[in-house]
Amino acid sequence: MLNRRLFLQGSALIGCSAAAHPLMSTATFAAAPGENRLVVIILRGAMDGLDLVQPRGDAGFARYRPGLAALAVGEEGGALPLDDFWAAHPGLAGLMPLWAAGELGFVHATSTPYRDKRSHFDGQDLLEAGTGMDVPVGMARDGWLNRMLQGMPGVQSQTAFSVGAEEMLILSGAAPASNWAPASRLDLSAQARLLLDHVYHDDPLFRDAATEAVEISEGMAPGDKMGGDANRQPLKLAEFAAARLREETRIASFSVGGWDTHRNQPGAMKAGLRRLSGTVLALKDGLGPVWGKTAVLAMTEFGRTVRENGSNGTDHGTGGAMLVAGGAVRGGRVHGHWPGLAEADLYAGRDLMPTSDVRAWAGWAMRGLYGLDAGLIEGSVFPGLQMGADPGLLL
Amino acid sequence: MPSVSTIAAIRFGTGLLPRKAGPAPAPLDAAALLGDLTARDRMAARFPVITRAEAEALARQVRPARRAAQAGTEAGDPAPDIAYRALRQQLRVATNRGAQMVLARAVDAEIGFRERLVQFWGDHFATRARGPELGPMAQVFAEEAIRPHLAGRFPDMLKAAATHPMLMVYLDQTSSVGPNSKSGRKRGGLNENLAREMLELHTLGVGGSYAQADVRQLALLLTGLSWTYRAGWHFDPTKAEPGAEVVLGEAYGGADPADVTEIHAALEDLALHPETGRHLARKLAVHFTSDDPDAGMVAAMAAAYSASGGELMPVYAAMLEHPAAWDSFGAKARQPQDFLVAALRALGVTGAQVAALAHGPANNNLLGPLRLMGQPFGAPPGPDGWPEAAAEWINPQGLAARIEWAMKGPRFWVNPLPDPRRLLRAALDDAAGERLAWAVGRAETVAEGTGLILASPDFNRR
Repeated sequence: MLNRRLFLQGSALIGCSAAAHPLMSTATFAAAPGENRLVVIILRGAMDGLDLVQPRGDAGFARYRPGLAALAVGEEGGALPLDDFWAAHPGLAGLMPLWAAGELGFVHATSTPYRDKRSHFDGQDLLEAGTGMDVPVGMARDGWLNRMLQGMPGVQSQTAFSVGAEEMLILSGAAPASNWAPASRLDLSAQARLLLDHVYHDDPLFRDAATEAVEISEGMAPGDKMGGDANRQPLKLAEFAAARLREETRIASFSVGGWDTHRNQPGAMKAGLRRLSGTVLALKDGLGPVWGKTAVLAMTEFGRTVRENGSNGTDHGTGGAMLVAGGAVRGGRVHGHWPGLAEADLYAGRDLMPTSDVRAWAGWAMRGLYGLDAGLIEGSVFPGLQMGADPGLLL
Repeated sequence: MPSVSTIAAIRFGTGLLPRKAGPAPAPLDAAALLGDLTARDRMAARFPVITRAEAEALARQVRPARRAAQAGTEAGDPAPDIAYRALRQQLRVATNRGAQMVLARAVDAEIGFRERLVQFWGDHFATRARGPELGPMAQVFAEEAIRPHLAGRFPDMLKAAATHPMLMVYLDQTSSVGPNSKSGRKRGGLNENLAREMLELHTLGVGGSYAQADVRQLALLLTGLSWTYRAGWHFDPTKAEPGAEVVLGEAYGGADPADVTEIHAALEDLALHPETGRHLARKLAVHFTSDDPDAGMVAAMAAAYSASGGELMPVYAAMLEHPAAWDSFGAKARQPQDFLVAALRALGVTGAQVAALAHGPANNNLLGPLRLMGQPFGAPPGPDGWPEAAAEWINPQGLAARIEWAMKGPRFWVNPLPDPRRLLRAALDDAAGERLAWAVGRAETVAEGTGLILASPDFNRR
């Protein structure tokens, strides 16, 4: 039961009876589609998958990255061992308990169908649109999470949330979805609320939007309003998303930026992964018991060059990695087919060769979480995608 | 129902202005709105924007600076990297300056119908800079391709817009090469993006009677249109597909060497296609009057378009002289940019104050709030521009941002705030509803009274 009242007390202030306020009535939402949760995090800027989860067992790796991979696995400040072949960037230290518990995993050598031009803008558009290269970049008017909603029963405006002030193409489209930026917390005196309620009384559009805004805002912990600290910002998005997901929301999406590591990659990756780890942990903490029913997919527009460049960084590439977390995912492993780093195995002689389509993993996740028909996924959510066999990303 | 003069200011202009001392100004009507478009363009002169040469000079420096920064870092010399960062900051500042000038013009304009139409047509040819390089060029686009043609012919606006670097870069025309051209036989290929959007969005409209073959033929015809940072705009015959192209049954081009006149001929015909007239008429009517505009008014506008050979003044006149233009007041919501401008006008803020803000304060008090309200300046969601429906804007996030700004934002601009009862009159005149007037008298503080007025449906609808 959701309390839809704009004001909780104080109507006597202006001498109106509570019964006269339509906002004082309560409403319940129809049952949302199932209990499973899906969180899609867009890592804007092209995260270096080879630095995130490092193929230390591949002889090519150390050769291509003499600077970035200078420290040995397990050494102070070096990568964290995952298994005989893989090691995680030390910035992921906070997530290692999740790895051990099987609640954190990775998909390697994956990418969208985007190729060759390596533009952030176009790559992100394609990632969020979920289309192939047959649709001109920028032509898609809606995003794949929205098209997924269009194929689900019982979807309400609160079922899906995009969080943050940033435009999220991934959730825009014909299906209802909500958006909230924790920065725009409503902070009104009781009297101002009452008077605003009076002013909005006869205008359902304003009344309903304000009611929902007040309700969302009140659901935020005191002091939640975001400050200027860029490191805190994704945390706030995650905390807010988790609070909604604890209620009637099932799908949430937001972005975490700062991955365009052309220069000084060690520092930038460390800071970025600290933010991303904090984000995942904030989701886990905030979701509490429903973490077990949650899949978090963190994906990026493309990977980065296999070779490090001359300024201690990497440039725009092709194949990359996805981070997956949550109680619903099969963690503790690196999914996907490893193409190898031998010269002949690289894409265009410079990038990690993608061996899977990032949309197939997302497609199988939505199939597992919401029982979506494969024909619907291949026909309208990700038009033209071949999902292939179930890769076993979910438990 | 408010007076015609109030509706004119709110629905077609940039909002009411506080009454000044002295004789009352003449009430606004259709003739006054049309007169605004033919009067001297004082706002462009008062708040000038960057020139194309300046914007190109800035953009041209980016790639060399980036390369130098990379080389410098590799060689252990931090100076080029510092210079590169400074250049990027300079571009951001120039981009913000452009936004401030646009807002300042709308704040100071006597009526503001011209500024509203600059926005409308700018949105019709929606573009967005993909990086800091072309941020300042967005203003050049509005200044060169849109503003001079507002009261002129749409075919001329189409030619200016479609061949402008800003739109060509945004819609990938700069990477389109005729497959059988001299240069295309070596590398590169056709990109249909501009051709498709031209048919779908800029001329006939998505339901128009064109086929994929027309898109491709138009794309082939457009090859040769070029712009580079180094060389600026030029027509490059080595990229132009040889032979004639057939678009909607008409053959264009075929001259050797190809030149831009054959493209202009096709754009003229596309602009004068009857479906284009109907598409533009309806879009204008939707933007200014109602999401479901009066069919008779739209038909009259389309008829004026074709009768005049694509002149826009008769189209505006057909709209403003139709009774439906003055009906259903309040059916639309002010978009965030218009909301902010109208609020600043009502508060008595001047364009000079808006233009004078430094980079940081402009971010905090103009551009940041617009972002939270759902309309980041200069960054429409796609080539189809900003949405029109009121519900797209008045959603929980967007309305909360408006309420927050209404309650707390004005203090930055005006100190002390005006008496809310006076503000109510300035902001809405006879469009203020009883509920709002009642509530304003009961606000506990001046700031909350101000906030109630600016957050009210009365002020946010038009």
